[in-house]
Amino acid sequence: MTAPRALQLGLRRTGLGVKSTFNGFKSRIAQRRVASTQTTSESAAADNILVKQRLARPVSPHLGIYQANIAMYGSAFNRITGSILSGAFYIFGFAYLAAPTIGWHIETPSMVAAVGSWPIWAKIATKFSVAFPFLFHSLNGVRHLVWDTGRGFATKTTARSGWVVVAASVVGSAILTSV
Amino acid sequence: MATSRALSRLALRRAAAPTSVFTRTFATVSPSRPVVPESQTSTAKEPSPEKDARIKTFHIYRWNPDEPTSKPKMQSYTLDLNKTGPMMLDALIRIKNELDPTLTFRRSCREGICGSCAMNIDGVNTLACLCRIPTETTQESRVYPLPHMYVVKDLVPDLTNFYKQYRSIKPYLQRDTPPPDGRENRQSKAERRKLDGLYECILCACCSTSCPSYWWNQEEYLGPAVLLQSYRWIADSRDEKTQERQDALNNSMSLYRCHTILNCSRVCPKGLNPGLAIAEIKKSMAFT
Repeated sequence: MTAPRALQLGLRRTGLGVKSTFNGFKSRIAQRRVASTQTTSESAAADNILVKQRLARPVSPHLGIYQANIAMYGSAFNRITGSILSGAFYIFGFAYLAAPTIGWHIETPSMVAAVGSWPIWAKIATKFSVAFPFLFHSLNGVRHLVWDTGRGFATKTTARSGWVVVAASVVGSAILTSV
Repeated sequence: MATSRALSRLALRRAAAPTSVFTRTFATVSPSRPVVPESQTSTAKEPSPEKDARIKTFHIYRWNPDEPTSKPKMQSYTLDLNKTGPMMLDALIRIKNELDPTLTFRRSCREGICGSCAMNIDGVNTLACLCRIPTETTQESRVYPLPHMYVVKDLVPDLTNFYKQYRSIKPYLQRDTPPPDGRENRQSKAERRKLDGLYECILCACCSTSCPSYWWNQEEYLGPAVLLQSYRWIADSRDEKTQERQDALNNSMSLYRCHTILNCSRVCPKGLNPGLAIAEIKKSMAFT
């Protein structure tokens, strides 16, 4: 049994096999695949419709519908306070450089004198609006340094640390304002 | 510093704008079109409400590509919660079956394993099948597609770019050397434990589309989901291309657009922490 079978298989593999049985013939037919294939995405008409639809697709709503949370708005506020601080730093720095040429008086004694003559509410407002961005940005910076070590990433922890930073910077800037 | 960087970025963006329009493979010019509010659309009502019905209103984002110039709108539906299953997906399926067969959304497994039904429900990205319907009937629910994605139809976003980004990080084991005993690539229990909290990700895109950085820089920034997957291979002790994987991320956009906003860790419906994974990548890149 085994020997003739092996012989037959060997002959078949070399392509010399005789079509001895009906079954062998049928199986060889089944192995030949004649179906032609066409990729649907290659049809130009379908592609054109898709391209047109893609051009018309709206962007789904994002910032306007997303639930407000301390993680997102804390981060946005960190960016805003950073911009305020560095912007004020640059503006004052360049103004200080340009002051002698333009004839402004923004050196320390004349600034102290000017602020001294302000009403009390203006002093409080100015001091708070400088102290708050400074404290918020600095404290949030500490939070980011802790995150960089791979700690404090649990969702509850991040929310709590966010509110701690807000509370601490409000209290801190109130203290700095009253100094 | 921050301002100068922002200014230079603005300047660069303006210079790059014309080329980027031409090099895009598909629409990016369609702006965020205003959505017609539910007050200006019709309401489809619960077919036959009973006496003690608990009627709840759902406002659902609709946009039909067959009318490409039309504005997206919020369509309202009312359902009796007594006749509806407990999850948001049950409500959507019931609306589709009984109120409005044209409502389109993706769903498959209804048990939080496939990630198909990711959408924005009441302002938070989640899987509709894992999100309970809030039982207070006075509170109206709002359902949007995943934020800042191109809408294919209704609640179906186009995730082509997301999957391309996933492919770009080569999410498979890369090795040149065969295992020493010629059988399997083994790892210790401790090494295997590093992959817990990473391999469970189902790529539903909830985290990526909750990330404001990903909203604004979708073309360049990989986003939390893909970075978590990237870390899954960086952390794998059997993988031998760790250095190449890290080098691929070592530019200003792919990885470092993450500003630790951490919306991603808040929303993950599987309870994973993409924010932590990204921090671990940054750490591993800082100390090599």
